[in-house]
Amino acid sequence: MTQNFGTKRVVVGAHYGLRDWLAQRVTALLMALFTLLVLLQVLMPGELGYDRWAGIFAAQWMKVLSFVVILSLALHAWVGVRDILMDYVKPVGARLLAQVFAIVWLLACTGWAVQVLWRL
Amino acid sequence: MAETAKARPGSMRLIDALQYRLPLAGVVSILHRASGALLFVLLPFVIWMFDTSVTSEISYSRFTSAFVAGIGFVPAWLVKLAVLALIWATLQHFTAGLRHVWMDATHSVSKEFGRQSAVFTLGATGLLTVLLGAKLFGLY
Repeated sequence: MTQNFGTKRVVVGAHYGLRDWLAQRVTALLMALFTLLVLLQVLMPGELGYDRWAGIFAAQWMKVLSFVVILSLALHAWVGVRDILMDYVKPVGARLLAQVFAIVWLLACTGWAVQVLWRL
Repeated sequence: MAETAKARPGSMRLIDALQYRLPLAGVVSILHRASGALLFVLLPFVIWMFDTSVTSEISYSRFTSAFVAGIGFVPAWLVKLAVLALIWATLQHFTAGLRHVWMDATHSVSKEFGRQSAVFTLGATGLLTVLLGAKLFGLY
């Protein structure tokens, strides 16, 4: 069998899932860092009422970061849900339907979250 | 040859899969999927909590009262139960996810590391879920 990896890899039109794999990990790290950032601000001393809680997300830099994390979450969840569907749902029609549902679900959630964020 | 071909069990059904005694690393693996799927399903609930808690002081008080008096036809205990499920799924997915990234980055793929890190993942998640759950239900 001829070598088909590294510099000798036969390049075809298909990609091998590396892009999704990498995207899932990069978005995971982004979300993990963001979680720590929010936790850090929540655990600051002082009463945590509406003003302080909403104030965390009202700062412009936090809005931009939150926006990036919302998009990351959608991409991350899409890769994961697609993996699950590819493993367990074999009939093509049912899988396609489930994938379309997942896309609509995630886009709808993304839109809602961004709307909440940007009217703050 | 013909004998072995006949002895093949065919494709595995869910009931067969449940007969397997999974190693702890396998338990963490399937729980990563289950918790991820649960978070996907509960996503609108997460955004609803984000929405009501940050939008205005009025919606904020509706958010806090959902945990005391319930909201609409949903009783408070059900809200808390959903949040408890979220807490568990988030912690499980977070810890197991860091374990995955760590294994990918450092090539720590030995059987021993797989087992030890699985024990840590399940232990840390279980402990934190119990602690936060007790706080959520007002036990301390």
